[in-house]
Amino acid sequence: MDKPIEFLPNDFEFVKDADGAMIDEVYSGESFWKNILRRIVKNKGAVVGFFSIMIILILALIGPEISGYTYDQQISGHESMAPRIPGLEKLGIFDGTETLKTSTGEMEVNKYEQISGGEDVYHWFGTDVLGRDLFTRTWEGTRISLYIALVAVVVDVLIGMSYGMISGFYGGKVDMIMQRVMEILNGIPSLVVVTLLIIVLKPGLLSITIAIALTGWIGMSRIARASMLKLKQSEYVLAARTMGAKDFPIMYKEILPNIFSQLLIMSMFSIPSAIFTEAFLAFVGIGIPVPMASLGSLISENFKSLTTHFYMIVPPVIVLAVLMLSFNMLADGLRDALDPTLKEV
Amino acid sequence: MKKYIARRVLISFLTLLVIILILFILMQLLPGSPFNDERLTVEQQTMIMNKYGLNDPLPVQFFRYLQNMLVGDFGKSYTISKDTDVAILLQNRLPISLALGGISIVLGAAIGLFLGVFSALKHNTVWDSVSTFITVLGVSIPSYVFALGLSYYFGFQLKLFPMLFSPADGTNAYLLPAVALSMTVMATVGRFTRTEMLDVLNSDYIQLVESKGVSGPRLVITHAMRNASISILTVLGPLVVSLMTGSLVVEKIFSIPGIGQLMVQAIQSNDYNIIISLAFVYSALYIGVMLVVDILYGVLDPRIRLAKGGSNG
Repeated sequence: MDKPIEFLPNDFEFVKDADGAMIDEVYSGESFWKNILRRIVKNKGAVVGFFSIMIILILALIGPEISGYTYDQQISGHESMAPRIPGLEKLGIFDGTETLKTSTGEMEVNKYEQISGGEDVYHWFGTDVLGRDLFTRTWEGTRISLYIALVAVVVDVLIGMSYGMISGFYGGKVDMIMQRVMEILNGIPSLVVVTLLIIVLKPGLLSITIAIALTGWIGMSRIARASMLKLKQSEYVLAARTMGAKDFPIMYKEILPNIFSQLLIMSMFSIPSAIFTEAFLAFVGIGIPVPMASLGSLISENFKSLTTHFYMIVPPVIVLAVLMLSFNMLADGLRDALDPTLKEV
Repeated sequence: MKKYIARRVLISFLTLLVIILILFILMQLLPGSPFNDERLTVEQQTMIMNKYGLNDPLPVQFFRYLQNMLVGDFGKSYTISKDTDVAILLQNRLPISLALGGISIVLGAAIGLFLGVFSALKHNTVWDSVSTFITVLGVSIPSYVFALGLSYYFGFQLKLFPMLFSPADGTNAYLLPAVALSMTVMATVGRFTRTEMLDVLNSDYIQLVESKGVSGPRLVITHAMRNASISILTVLGPLVVSLMTGSLVVEKIFSIPGIGQLMVQAIQSNDYNIIISLAFVYSALYIGVMLVVDILYGVLDPRIRLAKGGSNG
């Protein structure tokens, strides 16, 4: 088997592996934030998620203002009107007609033609059974969900991060006690905490905020403690201590910047579950009181007309789903970009 | 190992005790007394209060309460079904909810496991992206949106399945709600399995097994999945919680006579006794599942079994 060795032109080139791991990239020195930003922009999911959230945010801010209606305005005669959007109506869609199923069969109805001056009336998402404009109410409700997202992040940072960092930093007895307390709190299902709390307090935005504050921080505190345990023995902490730094400056100035990206990812993951908690409470009937609207309470209200006026439930469901999806995609993208070693949570 | 189990049991028991204490305090805080009848004189009221032991010192009352809760004497319903024992209401409803939850978790875990393993084996291909997208969708969209969609499309439009639950339909009745509930389970298990499988597939011992000539299903099932599945146990706890919340909503949508629906009704009509008993039942269920998961985890994973007391809990 003496085959002469054949040389190929690429024999003396580096073998690139499939993922292109051999290619070194050369970066100019850049700041922490610039570095993070560059890595996020590379991740398609994160970018899509970010822009969807921005669009929803803008619509939530300006939507109720530009619709020409207010969220609690009940216009008599305008009950249960199908969506009608200027421009699109000429294409035969969203022109205000809906098919009603009655005992005598199906019939097409356009309620805009039945009311006086109806030609100039536009309800972009239609109206509900009480004659309230759904476009206004949907975006008004989105504001609540976005507020809840903000609450979730603040709670994560204020309670979860501090609890975990303190527990991990001091160790010993402090850690023992704090971890047992957390274990017991974690043993109570959040469903129970939330419902009991709402019985004691009056249902409303404040009690929902407190409910989320009480249940939302545990996952964050775990991650913060684990990272703290890993880093508190490192040389730069020792160096800071030798220079005479006190405990809290060490925790917040020396260690926090190093675990910041993990905590950021974790707080992003807690947003969808907080939004879900609010929507769930609203659906069960202990959310924010009427006539205020949240995405959950809109779904709950319009669920009753599911079989007669299907269009009513579509906008809040879609906005809620897109919002949750975007936050999840952003969080996933952030994790992949900043800390691929962090496991799925 | 014994020490590990003893510690878990102790913690679970303590948690349950704390919950009962919280529930007891709540009962004291709630306004009104059961005997506010205007026709009763003050003496008669004191007499009744004495008869039911409501004038005893609080610790004595607490231990009586504890005893009652543990033997399943939850008191009577105020508004939903007047003067019926809550225990009887629960007796009829609990099996339905447990069956629904059980079906959902088995269904979801099976599909999720498949999706996870599949996308880990086809890592970085289109299939991987597709199944990742499905799982992200499942994690993001609340189960009631699925429930509404399924009930509208399959129940109302196609009339394939009953829109509302009735026990007469047998398994057919459970199908739509179970599918709606299992979406979260499927997505969570799928995501977690994928990460775990990728980890395991890149490990040294899988390379060793491969170099011994094992491949195909045998490699995946007996060698890789076995190790991946241990850590999947850890997501079971959070999943039980999401099933509980999910069941409240799904039972309302399909009007299933389970404990979730009872809870919703009780919350809406302020039937405190039912809310508190259900809170206890949910907590006990959750704590029980967590205990079993923790012990199983210890039994299956020698690193935990052999660790000294497993103190890094």
